[in-house]
Amino acid sequence: MNLNATIIGQIFAFFLFAWFCQAIVWPPVVRAMEERRKKIADGLDAADRASHDLERAQERVAEQLRDAKANSAGIIDQANKRASQIIEEAKEKAREEAGRIKAGAQAEIDQQVNQAREQLRQQVATLAVAGAEKILERAVDQNAHADLLRKLAASL
Amino acid sequence: MAERAAETTTETAQAAYATGGEYVQHHLGFLTYGKYPDGHWGIAHTTEDAAAMGFWSINLDTMGISLVLGVLFVWFFAKVCRGATSGVPSGVQNFVEIMVEFVQNSVKTSFTGKSDFVAPLALTVFCWILLMNLMDLIPVDIIPLAAQLIAGNEHLYFKAVPTTDVNITIGLSMGVFLLILYYSFKNKGVGGFFGEFAFQPFGVWLMPVNLIMEVPAFLAKPVSLALRLFGNLFAGEVIFLVIGLLGYWQFLLHFPWAVFHLLIIPLQAYLFMMLTIVYLNQACQHH
Repeated sequence: MNLNATIIGQIFAFFLFAWFCQAIVWPPVVRAMEERRKKIADGLDAADRASHDLERAQERVAEQLRDAKANSAGIIDQANKRASQIIEEAKEKAREEAGRIKAGAQAEIDQQVNQAREQLRQQVATLAVAGAEKILERAVDQNAHADLLRKLAASL
Repeated sequence: MAERAAETTTETAQAAYATGGEYVQHHLGFLTYGKYPDGHWGIAHTTEDAAAMGFWSINLDTMGISLVLGVLFVWFFAKVCRGATSGVPSGVQNFVEIMVEFVQNSVKTSFTGKSDFVAPLALTVFCWILLMNLMDLIPVDIIPLAAQLIAGNEHLYFKAVPTTDVNITIGLSMGVFLLILYYSFKNKGVGGFFGEFAFQPFGVWLMPVNLIMEVPAFLAKPVSLALRLFGNLFAGEVIFLVIGLLGYWQFLLHFPWAVFHLLIIPLQAYLFMMLTIVYLNQACQHH
């Protein structure tokens, strides 16, 4: 159990291996671990961001859906209003048309009634003249009493 | 398998030694290379020879295995780290990253100074000492016997567990001690560093008392660091050797002792690493 120069050899070996470890072993493995740590952190960050994005997108979708619903309700409302307006207008037009047709028919009827009355009057005049001729026999000269006969027909 | 190997080697080993004491003693000798008192250089054949060589000799066995294990550690980690990806790590990379992260966390919680060297140093200390300690789980006769067969000398000393050599553990703790000195001078300056011995804890007027209290406390750090590791592993080794003497009874005892030792091995490596970090932290702190 004597002390000898092995001590000195071991001291040199100690520093040599420690230096080797610091120079060769330590940097790459620590760098790799650091890089992996960063990668994992980045990945987690990205996942976080993605879930945030998804949430926002879902919110946007819901909002757009709401907008679309409101829009469509408005459009339907408007369409309903327009439809009832069109119906109203059509009714109005139909009523006017009916009035016009009625008025035309009335005028024609009036005209025909007048015409018929005129004809009837002339026929009655002729009939009256014929009747009077029959009653008076030659007493009445058609030419001499034409004036009188016309007056009689007009008064009918 | 290992148990059976241990058994057969123990039988041959026992055949080679007259007594159990001789067997144990032989396993505690080192393959020492140095200068004989008569002037020629060579490998010591007895422990007396090794003692006579004095300080300028070297234990080829423990030093060699320590270097091999250190190279193994650096080679394996460097190989894995060169291909390290920041993507999905492979199995070995996972293992390396677990070790690195474990050391990083230990350094982060215990070391408040700023240094890029402490964490790799702690990793080296932990893995290297762990590997050296793990040599203790190889049945005690296998490596010495292999060395004896290769060398063709059945009386060759060969110690397989570097951390059961006090020279190795002192070498490690001296390395830590030099770093403590370096960081202390760097962070506190010469005056600040010596001031810690002279002016604490009782103030300037009791400087001798302060010095008597603080200097041994400071010097005790590397000594305790070295002797704790050495003591634990040496004791474990000796008990393995003693169990190896028990003939067939060793079947019963090797396993429980190995399991118990399985706790000691990483614990001592961890302790050495943590104390290194704590001492270096103290060296970096200002008072």
